[in-house]
Amino acid sequence: MKKLIGIAAAGAMLVALAGCASGGAASEGPKPLDELVVGFAQVGAESGWRTANTKDIQASFEEAGIELKFSDAQQKQENQIKAIRSYIQQQVDVIAFSPVVETGWDAVLNEAKAAGIPVVLTDRAVDSKDESLYESFLGSDFIVEGEKAGAWVLEEFADATEPVEIIQLEGTTGAAPAIDRAEGFAEVIAENPNLEVVASQTGDFTRAGGKQVTEALLKSNPGVDLIYAHNDDMGLGAIEAIEAAGLVPGVDIKILTIDAVKDGMQALADGKINFIVECSPLLGKQLVEIVKQINDGETPEKRIITEETTFTQEQAIEALPDRQY
Amino acid sequence: MSALLARLVAHRLFWPVVMLLVLFTINLIAFPGFFTVTVRDGHLFGSLIDILRNGAPTLIIAVGMTLVIATRGIDLSVGAVAAIAGAVACSIILGSPEPGSPATVAVAVTVALLISLVLGVWNGFLVAVLGIQPIIATLILMTAGRGVAMLITEGQILTVNSPPFKALGSGFWLGIPIAVIIAAVVFGVAALVTRRTALGMFIESVGINPEASRQAGVRARGLLFVVYTFSAFCAAIAGLILTANTAAADANNTGLFIELDAILAVVIGGTSLAGGRYSLVGTLVGALVIQTLVTTVYTVGIPPIATMVFKAAVVTIVCLLQSPTTADALSGFRRRLAVRAGKGVAAS
Repeated sequence: MKKLIGIAAAGAMLVALAGCASGGAASEGPKPLDELVVGFAQVGAESGWRTANTKDIQASFEEAGIELKFSDAQQKQENQIKAIRSYIQQQVDVIAFSPVVETGWDAVLNEAKAAGIPVVLTDRAVDSKDESLYESFLGSDFIVEGEKAGAWVLEEFADATEPVEIIQLEGTTGAAPAIDRAEGFAEVIAENPNLEVVASQTGDFTRAGGKQVTEALLKSNPGVDLIYAHNDDMGLGAIEAIEAAGLVPGVDIKILTIDAVKDGMQALADGKINFIVECSPLLGKQLVEIVKQINDGETPEKRIITEETTFTQEQAIEALPDRQY
Repeated sequence: MSALLARLVAHRLFWPVVMLLVLFTINLIAFPGFFTVTVRDGHLFGSLIDILRNGAPTLIIAVGMTLVIATRGIDLSVGAVAAIAGAVACSIILGSPEPGSPATVAVAVTVALLISLVLGVWNGFLVAVLGIQPIIATLILMTAGRGVAMLITEGQILTVNSPPFKALGSGFWLGIPIAVIIAAVVFGVAALVTRRTALGMFIESVGINPEASRQAGVRARGLLFVVYTFSAFCAAIAGLILTANTAAADANNTGLFIELDAILAVVIGGTSLAGGRYSLVGTLVGALVIQTLVTTVYTVGIPPIATMVFKAAVVTIVCLLQSPTTADALSGFRRRLAVRAGKGVAAS
């Protein structure tokens, strides 16, 4: 056993030494792009959104001519830590990853720092006091998404003289996107006192949840004008419930969602949803930019927000044919 | 009169039914139109109809679970089996040239149900032949099954556009939700087959004492195969209804935690997890209590962060009221009251 520990310690020292060496090399100046190596540790393939995220990152690096080492952690933190350690050993130039969970990264990130390899977080943040452990965090700002949704409601109901009844379908209770999307939305619609959220329940980000909640809430709040769903799937469930109640979704009751996955965009193009705020998984190009900046010796912004847009029904019809996810 | 009341209170379904009525009353206060059932677009429409329709999958799974629990077993894999059934049906419908034709849907449903039989036989094999404890044996399929469903759907939510399939979950026949009709048929068949034949008694005897029933000539092994297969079959039916309800197979979420709801329904209905005597009517009441609870949360507008606490409180109250210790304490209290009243009468 002691022997094993000894070997492990020696190995760690070797890695650290090698790390120092590569750290020195990096400061010599920018490498040509085709000599750059980036290691990416993905969460897994748990949703269509994630699959699109993976494909976009792989395609973007191929297009830029930068070598990408890719690993899939199958939603397990220990796999992701193993992958990051192996990237450190291989002395890649930049490590990027979407943390499975928020905590428990300090040790492995310190190893990367000691080896002089910059780390970029994508899509999800880590909960660490030491911000020097990573170069930059690239991902969506859920509060901004909620604000964009609220802004559309303000405009859509700008000349409403009577109170507008809104039902909010929240995401999984306690999840960051659910909390932030509710917060951003509430802040913006507070501007117009006519806009009132009459009921707000969680639909757990699922279609079945969205449907069941809407069914019940439509009966206790028959005068509802708008449904704001924290993701497309719950909005799609709400459509079913509204149709079952003999009403026309998008006309009798307006629907506003966040995400813009393919099924949601289809419903938007069909006129059943009125407006979608995008939460894009396509952050490959921005990640390539960050890698290039680091390579050129520049310091990227600490917080970079994914380039995202919003879709009206007309824009959805146009965008739908080349939608990747 | 008081003797009748005492017998009523002593009945094991008394407290669950009272709880159901209390929940109904809370709903009625929060939303006066709660009991209103109207006909809209040629079908029944109202909160009670929603409760029946949304509660149908839980009830169907709970019926299968009741029989498993009666043999002193448990089936944790039902949620995963439901997800697999939905994933299989949707991928067959999506892959066919005519997704909207009833024949395609019939094939998809049949294949999904056949696969569930295989999964049930697997559970039965682990429990009856290899003698693995049921909670461990079915845990295997519970964790692996969702992975299988993910493989079938390739990690995507499969949306199907097939009116006959969708009807399973949200359609109506003679104004009644098809899901409710299916649940009624499953419930009726289970009740008839186990209560009109000796099967129910065999199941109970295996649950009470497997060794004694084996020596008395009950073939416990075959019986275990039957109940686990039936449970998986019920789970698949429920999975098809859940999937059809939103016309989309979501391997991650279809039937997630439904095994816990089903077990809870069985327990609220008065069937002991220690096996033996079971009550299908009790399970029916239990499933209704659980679904009404969900609806109550929405109608009363309980904030999502407090939902779990509210549900836990209701379930705790039902279980406390049902427990034999509480019942004894209550009846002792009543007896003392009666004695005191009797003394009062004698003195005057």
